[in-house]
Amino acid sequence: MKGIVNQLWLIPALPLLAAGIIALLKRPQRKPAAALAIGSMALAFLVSCVAFVATLQPEAGKGAVQLTHNFAWFDLGGSALRLGWLLDPLTAGMLVMVTFVGSLIFIFSTGYMADDENFTRFFGFLALFAAAMLGLLIANNLLFLFMCWELVGVASYLLIGFWFHKPSAAAAAKKAFITTRIGDLGFFLGIVWLYHESGTLLFYDEGAGCLEQTVVTKLFWQATVGGLSVSTAISLLLFCGAVGKSGQVPLHVWLPDAMEGPTPVSALIHAATMVAAGVFLMARVHPLMATVVTPLGEAGSAFEFVWDGGAPFVIAWVGAITAVFAALIAVAQNDIKRILAYSTVSQLGYMMLGLGVGGPAVGMFHLLTHAFFKALLFLGAGSVIHGSHHEQDIRRMGGLRKLMPVTFATYAVGMMALAGFPLVFSGFWSKDEVLHAAMIWSPSKLPFALALFGAVLTSFYMTRQMWYVFFAPRAEAAHAEPAAHHDDHHAHGHAHEPYESPRVMTVPLAILAGATVLLSLFATPVWPWFHAYLGGHLDHLHVGWSADSAALLTMVLSVIAVAVGVGVSWRLYSRSSTSVDAVGSRFPKLFKALEGRLFVDEFYAATVFRLNAAVATLSDWFDRFVWGSVVELTALVAKALAFVSRSVDEQGINFGFDAGCQTTRGAGWLASKLQNGQTQCYLRILGTGVVVLIVALAWMGKN
Amino acid sequence: MNPLHGYLLVSALLFAVGLAGALVRRNAILVLVGVELMLNAANLNFLAFWRYGPNPEALTGVMFVIFAIGVAAAEAAVGLALVIAIYRHYRSSNVEDVATMKG
Repeated sequence: MKGIVNQLWLIPALPLLAAGIIALLKRPQRKPAAALAIGSMALAFLVSCVAFVATLQPEAGKGAVQLTHNFAWFDLGGSALRLGWLLDPLTAGMLVMVTFVGSLIFIFSTGYMADDENFTRFFGFLALFAAAMLGLLIANNLLFLFMCWELVGVASYLLIGFWFHKPSAAAAAKKAFITTRIGDLGFFLGIVWLYHESGTLLFYDEGAGCLEQTVVTKLFWQATVGGLSVSTAISLLLFCGAVGKSGQVPLHVWLPDAMEGPTPVSALIHAATMVAAGVFLMARVHPLMATVVTPLGEAGSAFEFVWDGGAPFVIAWVGAITAVFAALIAVAQNDIKRILAYSTVSQLGYMMLGLGVGGPAVGMFHLLTHAFFKALLFLGAGSVIHGSHHEQDIRRMGGLRKLMPVTFATYAVGMMALAGFPLVFSGFWSKDEVLHAAMIWSPSKLPFALALFGAVLTSFYMTRQMWYVFFAPRAEAAHAEPAAHHDDHHAHGHAHEPYESPRVMTVPLAILAGATVLLSLFATPVWPWFHAYLGGHLDHLHVGWSADSAALLTMVLSVIAVAVGVGVSWRLYSRSSTSVDAVGSRFPKLFKALEGRLFVDEFYAATVFRLNAAVATLSDWFDRFVWGSVVELTALVAKALAFVSRSVDEQGINFGFDAGCQTTRGAGWLASKLQNGQTQCYLRILGTGVVVLIVALAWMGKN
Repeated sequence: MNPLHGYLLVSALLFAVGLAGALVRRNAILVLVGVELMLNAANLNFLAFWRYGPNPEALTGVMFVIFAIGVAAAEAAVGLALVIAIYRHYRSSNVEDVATMKG
């Protein structure tokens, strides 16, 4: 079982291979492409399950299973650059989730994308996307993780811009790519700094890795600017990358725009791959963020992490603000996918808050449950959009409850999980964990209040969406005013009644709905299996009521929050007509601001873009006049030198050379006159020579 | 005067006539005749030195001259064949016309 870590590379390699083969297929070869992508994901799922089982039996007293397989990639001077695979509960849980949800999304896509002419290409990109994410999960090296991280970015760019003939999609793809790149700059600086300080980028390397006690302790006791310890500073830089990738405020702007991609892509981005990467990264490097480390020298003493102050403090605040900020905006959106997008941003905020206040187990559990129900919601939204002829405006839907019963039932499960309906929905338990951790967080109670307010808003906007899409009277939908961003399908859309999606789309929905409910069993206070699993103490897990009074209070508060949200929303919307938004008519100014997404994009356009343009103009001027004249001056000097050189060449060297040539030619001319081809002439010379020789010899002999 | 001197004088005269013919004549055949004359002057020398030399009864001079005449016959045949080939090519046996290899 332990050998599985050596074979862990298979998991990303399978989809990658599939992507490579699909890239070679021709456009009409749709079935082989889909089969390859789904097959590779299913195989990867099986391997992931094997890996998962391997992590289920921790050795007693040693904490969580942690298997590594390191190898040298290439030599760099004296030192080798080493990569590695890492298998621990965090990786294994994520692997199973990503491959499982990914497979279902792939299957769903065969139905959703059935009419698309670039079906083959789509599956190639999907497989690449999944491969990059899986590679990121198994990495035991920050550099390898970063490489996969960027691959995820590239794949998301390709997929968001999949319908690149739409200008908005092309712009959204660029926006996603560039916005995440801003965060990645910080991430990369963090990597470089970490390498500079520790000399290794391997996470775990038998005591020498950068997340292990020796290095972390060293970094922790080293101070940098402003009294910050180096480990905190590096964590904050790495967090920049996570802010970009996981859509935290202020870099959240790309995530809602990413809705321009096909809906299965949105599901993949929001549930399994892209945004999960940021949270996963934070969970992976959490040892680095520790704010109290037991000093070196206490041999055998365990790592002790205390989660207040430093990097977790920043993460918690950013998460809490994001959670409320995005939830507020989601209240006033009318595009079905955009509401879900803002809810993702908001939920990512909860995950970050969980990570900051409660440690990796809290954040990661919310990530896992969220992956299932958000995939379910997005695929459900995809089913709605597909069934109602590419209509995305919720005000034009309505009454779909009877027309699309399976979609309605599964969507309701997803919605209740997201809103946090008590007891049987996984979202309730995971969100409750976050709230509980925030409640007992010592530095401040404000994040808890924000999160609780966010919970109210979540149930409010989800109820609003449910009502508009599934309950609102259908006849009225036609009277709603058309949305500005509406696409040209809508005339076509009203000609036919919406219909239920094919089996290939509804079955994945049903499976996801089942998983959403089932997952709630793993983290109830009665049987907190997931925490024990991530923490590595499965062997002494007690079944029984383990919640304290604070946990109980949190539960009660969160139930009240959900009830308030749902109740107010239902009351407001079911009693008003669909032509005017119930909140919009009561608070028109506020609603307008929220509908305009609090004008973050406009703010960036007015500040960042302007600044960028000003810097560009300045650089242009500098380039043209300052650097340009320097270059021209250099050119002039070079020209003068060349002129001198040429004169010397022509007047001096060439002259001497020409004279030499002339002499040689004269001598040659003379010699050629002698060689006139007359044998008799040669003979004559010979004869004369002999005579002269004889005379000379005779004369000399005489003396 | 020693009879050897007479022979040598005749031989030298013959050589001079042959050399003059080879150098002055323009006709290739007459140049060949000049060459033969010089050859025979050399043969006459061989005979004279053998006859008045220290060992006149060994017949070495005669043998050498007969051999030289045989070789000269072969050489004349080759030379005349060349003259004919040149004549066919240039339509002339004038040695001055055959000067295509001059520098």
